[in-house]
Amino acid sequence: MKFTLLINEGPYQHQASDTAYQFAKAALEKGHEIYRVFFYNDGVNNATRLAIPPQDDRNITENWAALGKEHELDMVVCIAAAQRRGMLDADEAGRQGKDADNIHPAFRISGLGQLVEGGIQADRLLTFGD
Amino acid sequence: MSESIKKFMFVNTKAPYGTVYALESLEVVLISAAFDQDVSLVFCDDGVFQISNNQNTEASGMKNFSNAYKALGDYDINKLYVEKESLEERGLTLDNIMDLTYEDEDWAEKPSIKLVTRAELADLMDEQDVVISS
Amino acid sequence: MAMLHTVNKSPFERNSLNSCLTKSKEGSSILLIEDAVVGALKGTKVADDLTAAIANKNVYVLGSDLNTRGFTEADILDGIKTVDYAGFVDLVAEHSNVQSWL
Repeated sequence: MKFTLLINEGPYQHQASDTAYQFAKAALEKGHEIYRVFFYNDGVNNATRLAIPPQDDRNITENWAALGKEHELDMVVCIAAAQRRGMLDADEAGRQGKDADNIHPAFRISGLGQLVEGGIQADRLLTFGD
Repeated sequence: MSESIKKFMFVNTKAPYGTVYALESLEVVLISAAFDQDVSLVFCDDGVFQISNNQNTEASGMKNFSNAYKALGDYDINKLYVEKESLEERGLTLDNIMDLTYEDEDWAEKPSIKLVTRAELADLMDEQDVVISS
Repeated sequence: MAMLHTVNKSPFERNSLNSCLTKSKEGSSILLIEDAVVGALKGTKVADDLTAAIANKNVYVLGSDLNTRGFTEADILDGIKTVDYAGFVDLVAEHSNVQSWL
């Protein structure tokens, strides 16, 4: 079965991203497909490559990046929500004339249409939020 | 051959302005119109405050996005379900809710808002393919 | 197929469990995750509501979230079933759609 996951909260502040990650891992282990993971609202903050969590804690962004690499996950950060919150990849930083970028290369930025399309293409869309 | 149409329901349960959920949910709804799906919206719990009349953000400095709900009809999004019990619990009636309309095939203006009971809402949710709540 | 509802907030802080209980149909399933697992405990002010729900709905709790908060299956109401993440995945697959009560 194909799942699209929608993550609406940022890392550490809420458990939403952790729950989604554990769900994704379990689904993949059972042979299901994750069609897309879409990061929206404060969920876009999961894609920062600059977070430095304490060494004895989990690294949520790196966990997603590793899972994404292993299973070639399509991890999409909503561009409108990202721009509002100062989350930029290198291309977007260049386009907007900003001097820094912070999105981890495991993620890609795209439009909200990717969420709707994810709902159409997947068998189930599951929301993780506050 | 186009793909089959899915039933998308956006369930709004939170008041506007205190958090960004109402605004960013509306942005998804407007995008979804481009995908020719069967889209409906629900306003229940504090979500009913999202479409209250006379929102005035002049002094708070918040972005007033309430007019965007009035544009939904132009995007063929005209199934806006408001839960009766949620209004009553908050001392509201339909008089407190924006007059949201759409034009049918014959250009006649029709109300988009449909008042539904909690039980009717449960049935409607059950029929959906995709439910996105916030 | 029936619908799966998830709730993730404590019923002592939010009303999302109540919204879910009153807006879910007979025969549907409810999964308590994250902070909502404390709603499954015995002797709370929402125990009667949940016991009533168990009569005509399937109620589940995510065991790892229960353990994380210091509780086990022995602490929850009779009739509430415990699942792990694999069970969570199965529930999503077995139901027609999922609504997260946020």
